Amino acid sequence: MVRAVRDVSLSVGRGERFGVVGESGSGKSTLLRLICGLDRPTSGEVLVEGRSIGDQPARRLVWLRQRLQLVFQDPMSSLDPRMRVHDIIAEPLVSQGIGGDHAARVGELLGRVGLDPEAARRYPHQFSGGQRQRISVARALAPDPDILVMDEPVSALDVSVRAQVLNLVDEIVDGLDLTLVFVSHDLSVVRHVCDRVAVMSSGEVVETGETERLFAEPGHDYTRSLVAAIPDLRAALAGRSAEDLARGVGPAS
Amino acid sequence: MSGAGDRTVLAVEGLDVGTGHTPLLRDVTFSIARGERVGLIGESGSGKSLTALAVMGLLGEGLHARGDVRLSGRTPATRNLLEVGEREMARLRGDAVTMVFQEPMTALNPTMRVGAQVTEVMRIHGTRDTAGARARAVELLDQVGLPDPAHLARSYPHELSGGQRQRVVLAIALANDPALLICDEPTTALDVTVQATVLDLVVRGVQERDAAMLFITHDLAVVATVCERVLVMYGGRIVEAGPVGEVFADPRHRYTQGLIGASDLAGERGRRQRAALPTIQGTVPPAGRFPDGCVFRSRCAHATDECATLPGWTPRREGDGPGQGSAPGEVGRAAGYACFHPAGGAA
Repeated sequence: MVRAVRDVSLSVGRGERFGVVGESGSGKSTLLRLICGLDRPTSGEVLVEGRSIGDQPARRLVWLRQRLQLVFQDPMSSLDPRMRVHDIIAEPLVSQGIGGDHAARVGELLGRVGLDPEAARRYPHQFSGGQRQRISVARALAPDPDILVMDEPVSALDVSVRAQVLNLVDEIVDGLDLTLVFVSHDLSVVRHVCDRVAVMSSGEVVETGETERLFAEPGHDYTRSLVAAIPDLRAALAGRSAEDLARGVGPAS
Repeated sequence: MSGAGDRTVLAVEGLDVGTGHTPLLRDVTFSIARGERVGLIGESGSGKSLTALAVMGLLGEGLHARGDVRLSGRTPATRNLLEVGEREMARLRGDAVTMVFQEPMTALNPTMRVGAQVTEVMRIHGTRDTAGARARAVELLDQVGLPDPAHLARSYPHELSGGQRQRVVLAIALANDPALLICDEPTTALDVTVQATVLDLVVRGVQERDAAMLFITHDLAVVATVCERVLVMYGGRIVEAGPVGEVFADPRHRYTQGLIGASDLAGERGRRQRAALPTIQGTVPPAGRFPDGCVFRSRCAHATDECATLPGWTPRREGDGPGQGSAPGEVGRAAGYACFHPAGGAA
């Protein structure tokens, strides 16, 4: 048996901004799929607001979809190219049987993510990467969830656009009192966004802690090498070379 | 040529690239000396990769290049590379000038053992005989930190991890001791710990050969770690250039300033702050849709009517004027910017 995720125990409090970091193959995406009820654990359970999601068929998870929504990395492949933005954003409302004035709700959501209401009539390909990611966020917010799960939401974006989207995440998480689970390979981004972090390696959570503590005093060897490997502008200008970075990582991996 | 000029490996002057009616690169001018590591930064669509492809003579069909590109490797830079034929360019590529791409899987031949791929580049260019090339290939694989290189040489690319593949690509790029190594986002697809090791190997590889390097990336921290000098590109133009320490600590062009602000996640005090990140408004326009005059003015908070005309090149320091650059071909653009309303400069 191949174990993608092993003996992971963690809890995220209401209103917390929780980060999951790890390199490719660390199991962070599997963990995220388990949290969202997209995959079933072989053993163990996932509780959202006290209710187990592990043993229920997808059609019984409508309540979960209402409380927990997901934003993916690539805004191009996660938006249906043949649907207008209005239909994309209203889709969770339709599929969950939420009534009311969808057009008004879509307009409100577009405003919330910083897009023009006129965008509702257009198709995804007519938007830039950053704007598409805003559309993904609007869709996730449509059913008024309590929990937002983001999987590498800024990894495909340019630096200047990344800053805009990170500011938007800040705004909506604070403004709507959301609980955030933020998965990324980029420690600098997680450090910026999250209060608490779990570090994953080979399917296990090797360390969990307050973000600043974890960066300042990593407790696990793996966390230490991960932190040491991050290129940093200020440190580089102060003289930290590629050799120094590599030395921090230790023997070739 | 002056004495200092003898060290110039690559001199690019007034390089324009475009399709029939869409200009993609305009007046790109820079030079790189032997042993010098120069970074080329900018967001997607800025023209970084196109610059590299133009230098390599690898522009796609329908793209036209004008200007002057000279490379002095084993032979002096007597000819404009934009005017030499494909046969001659093929002789230079893989020998005097080599390249490491972002995606190591597509850069390697999936049906060929990796050792043979390192050997091939030496045999094609006649730098070693078959037996010599084989032995050298194992040495090179060893130099890029691959474990048990003699055994690993017999592997196929799919049997290796992403980081291992990128080391093989680097071994191929270094095999013929190039005068110029061009790296295009070589670690963007790699995990951060693997990136650290590969960056170290790249720097070591060019240092040992006293080679010139052009390092393309969107990651400012990586450039600051690896390079001594940086070129900032936007909208197909180089908008600022200079030593890494000066450009990043005291950016003059408003685009450079915005880029640094937007990437500074750690904040001034080295720890996260809840305050919003500085951003650049809007998004990078699609190719051919950049404004006339200053290419950045459609996103710049400091733009005025004056910016509708093309800003000239201002040297960072007085005395760095035209003709005062350290090497011919630089036309004084070693350190400067093209902006009517520059930031900083307090020093």
